[in-house]
Amino acid sequence: MHELSIAMGIVEAALDEAKQRNLEVSAVHLRLGALSGVVKDALLFSYEVASRDTPLEGSSLVIEEVPVVVFCARCQQRRVLASVQSFTCPDCGAPAGDVLQGKELEVFALEVQHG
Amino acid sequence: MAEPRLVEVRRNVLKQNDVIARALRERFRAAGVFVVSLVSSPGSGKTTFLEKTLTELQPRYRVRALVGDLATDNDARRLARSRAPVKQITTGTLCHLEARMVESALLDWDLDQTDFLFIENVGNLVCPASYDLGENLRLVLMSVTEGEDKPQKYPTIFNSADVVVITKDDLARAVEFDGEAARRSIESVRPGIEIFRLSAKTGVGLQAYLDFLAERLSAQRALAHS
Repeated sequence: MHELSIAMGIVEAALDEAKQRNLEVSAVHLRLGALSGVVKDALLFSYEVASRDTPLEGSSLVIEEVPVVVFCARCQQRRVLASVQSFTCPDCGAPAGDVLQGKELEVFALEVQHG
Repeated sequence: MAEPRLVEVRRNVLKQNDVIARALRERFRAAGVFVVSLVSSPGSGKTTFLEKTLTELQPRYRVRALVGDLATDNDARRLARSRAPVKQITTGTLCHLEARMVESALLDWDLDQTDFLFIENVGNLVCPASYDLGENLRLVLMSVTEGEDKPQKYPTIFNSADVVVITKDDLARAVEFDGEAARRSIESVRPGIEIFRLSAKTGVGLQAYLDFLAERLSAQRALAHS
């Protein structure tokens, strides 16, 4: 279980960005790829712990789950995988291992309240 | 009621690790050392496999190893029997190695005097997947005693690997290991990946894997000098 250290990384990154922009953050928006190796529920719990006693205490973590997108060599198309257990093109069934998206672990936006 | 507003920042959470890993990879390339990391669940035979690898490569190559564990230096002591330089990285409570740990473990090692560097990760099929260590090749090990569907249970780590090594093949018959089912399971999460099936204990199947490593080392050096 490494979600706590990932959550600490998120808090650190968000605080750094917030400080640079002089923002008061109410929520941190994260893009989480299906192949990131991080479990959403464990991360949500860890975020609460990691943000405690920091300016982010009480803020929420909003997770956008990013599916795996592969390139199918047969169709010559980008395809969204139905499951990470099966790297085959959902359209033609050919094996498709060329991952274009799905490894994201990115603080993508900070949410602030308009004064 | 105040209107919430989104400020886009787009920042990779593992950026720090990735930056160190990139620097390590560049350092390895410049030194002409080929770096192989090993990941698996606990008890899959990583240390026996690595000990055998080091022993077999030793006469022809200069080899070194870093070995990660939560606690104890038992593995480093076992691997030292191969007479290759081995260093233990004790992670404490951390379930995986990070690039900075590799970086600091290498501080007093002269990589110019090295052909192969092996990095044995903490026994864990989940956490190591997220951390680039600057390696050239990531090997994931699964033993015949673990069940053929291991790749489907841990798709992320298998997908992040470059090679799968099926270990403890000497036990395959006793546990009725279905090689074809295992191959299908691996292929479904990582199509086209290189697979070796071997026994570090008897040595059966080991040569093909050792030849593969030697080829990859030559290929990398040819590329570095071109």
